[in-house]
Amino acid sequence: MNIIVAIKQVPETSNVKMDPVTGTMIREGVESIINPLDLYAIEAANQLKEAHGGKVTVVTMGPPNAEKALKEAIAMGCDEAVLISDRAFAGADTWSTSYVLAKAIEDLGEFDLILCGERATDGDTGQVGPNIAAAMDVPLATYVSQIESADPATGELLVWRMTEYGYEKLQLPLPSLLTVVKEISFPRLPTLRGKQRARAADIKSYNASNLEVEKDKIGLKGSPTRVIKIETPKVTRGGTIIKPADEKDLEDAVDKLIDFLKAKEIL
Amino acid sequence: MKHQNVWTIAEAHDGKLRTVSYELLARGRQLADDLGQELVSVLISGHVDKDELQKLIERGADRVLVVFDEWLDSFIAETYSNILCDLILERKPEIVLAAATFNGRTLLPHAAMRLHVGLTADCTGLAIDPITKDLLQTRPAIGGNILATIKSPDHRPQMATVRPKSTKPLDKDKDRKGEIELVPFKTAWVDPRVKRLATREEAGEDINIQEADVVVAGGRGMKKGENFNMLQTLARNLGGVVGATRDAVDRGWAKYPQQVGLSGKTVTPKLFVSVGASGSIQHLAGMKTSENIIAINTNEDANIFQVADFGIVADLFEVLPLLNKKLEEEGSK
Ligand SMILES: Cc1cc2nc3c(=O)[nH]c(=O)nc-3n(C[C@H](O)[C@H](O)[C@H](O)COP(=O)(O)OP(=O)(O)OC[C@H]3O[C@@H](n4cnc5c(N)ncnc54)[C@H](O)[C@@H]3O)c2cc1C
Ligand SMILES: Nc1ncnc2c1ncn2[C@@H]1O[C@H](COP(=O)(O)O)[C@@H](O)[C@H]1O
Repeated sequence: MNIIVAIKQVPETSNVKMDPVTGTMIREGVESIINPLDLYAIEAANQLKEAHGGKVTVVTMGPPNAEKALKEAIAMGCDEAVLISDRAFAGADTWSTSYVLAKAIEDLGEFDLILCGERATDGDTGQVGPNIAAAMDVPLATYVSQIESADPATGELLVWRMTEYGYEKLQLPLPSLLTVVKEISFPRLPTLRGKQRARAADIKSYNASNLEVEKDKIGLKGSPTRVIKIETPKVTRGGTIIKPADEKDLEDAVDKLIDFLKAKEIL
Repeated sequence: MKHQNVWTIAEAHDGKLRTVSYELLARGRQLADDLGQELVSVLISGHVDKDELQKLIERGADRVLVVFDEWLDSFIAETYSNILCDLILERKPEIVLAAATFNGRTLLPHAAMRLHVGLTADCTGLAIDPITKDLLQTRPAIGGNILATIKSPDHRPQMATVRPKSTKPLDKDKDRKGEIELVPFKTAWVDPRVKRLATREEAGEDINIQEADVVVAGGRGMKKGENFNMLQTLARNLGGVVGATRDAVDRGWAKYPQQVGLSGKTVTPKLFVSVGASGSIQHLAGMKTSENIIAINTNEDANIFQVADFGIVADLFEVLPLLNKKLEEEGSK
């Protein structure tokens, strides 16, 4: 099976800062990692490859140093890597990002499956997967928690998808696009041999000139949405914290808790 | 033709409308009034009762657009997207809102891509810009550490998904008048490539933690899976459901659909009770926008107290039995 995994490089969670003028993230000085939710997609792809043969290609659109994320994916067992990078792509929203990713994936040639993470931990939209499927008219299943079977010979794919009520089983043809959740796999760590391969790996690159894209659909200009304001809300709440010293205190604290529930009209 | 009117996408399950449908109408009503336009509720579904449709009007819709067919019993993204795109192209709404549910967060990005319009995910605030009349869409990002306001000035319709439980439905108004329009189903809409073969509904309410008013979530401090029984009791006493930290899920004390946080679900209940959880940054990402937060933890320096409105620094094995007892006494008053 030929599997493509779209991964995003994101700032290591907690301490990201925003530029109050442009409303974009300040990436300098913050360690970048593979979007943690994409690790599940990488692992699922590697397992399918182990079962059926073929290769796993990781694709990312981002700044030149997103190469680091690609190499890490190779160290985890992926075979090929593709970096889509150009100043002209900067400032892309999910529409424009997905447009470019779709163009690049089309250019890569035949594939059986595209996997995406459920969402990226920075932008936090979960839109890119469904967007790519729509752009390429590839069948889509989101929130996939289990790949029951994938048969490259018959082209049949059976997956379980999460819903508000439990799970549903879907049958899709190959090729399809899946977005996956944590439950699908337990990501392996990079191996020493993998790291060596990563160092030597050739990374295919695309930019705005060697990829056939319409200029008015890329970058900030090609993005329908505009961030107009960024606020950093106060997270700490300064609530009442009680530390009971004895049993009577504890009883008191629980009574106060019940008063709190009443005041908030929960009881 | 000029784009106009506000659309909200209703959702149904088992022949009944889901509450998020009414929450969206409350959002939409405000926007439609500010714009002086109609509020239209769109339902794409297998069958639901006629009385149910009337409820959409009682909760704020001026018009209800319904597409019914057996094909629509299962949510197939492509088929639903074909219908939504066609309706939008034909009738040109100004704004389209859907719930940030599993299906809403699948359908809207699919349609928005094809229509080449902007889409803002998981909004918690929506307003009309008084001057430009653009839709101002506010959403938490980066694990709730920032609030971004987004607009889409040059593309119509403006589309957004809205976080469940971030608004209250309007009160029922039996006297409200509105029109129900059945849109004839076209078989050309059906995309036969994807089929739903089976569903497996999980027993119990706990799995739908995103739509509960109260979430009681346990962490590693619960010590054992059996101890989650105490949380079940607490949840029952408060009319809520049980959630968990990743640690508790990984240990098999709770199921993945109950996981709150970065790699689980984001919840915004009226009340979140955290029991024996440290409040890691990844866990906070999924619960810190809750309306009220109560924390119980033995460690007074635990991060969770930073986001708590009310906290007790004590052993949960002492607090929970006492709390449950007192709540039961309250209940029988
Ligand atoms: C990429 C990534 C994604 C992640 N996603 C998630 C996610 O979605 N959700 C999530 O929850 N975590 C997530 N995590 C894990 C997260 O970092 C923490 O490991 C996890 O949240 C800790 O769970 P906990 O609070 O239950 O356990 P701990 O951190 O071990 O905390 C247990 C707490 O219980 C208290 N305690 C112990 N005994 C008692 C007692 N008798 N009475 C009262 N209090 C007691 C302790 O003081 C302590 O504060 C993620 C991590 C990564 C790296
Ligand atoms: N710039 C990107 N390059 C490659 N894949 C991406 C990119 N952005 C998002 N993705 C993929 O789409 C998923 C959802 O991302 P998002 O819609 O940004 O939350 C991620 O988990 C990735 O699999």
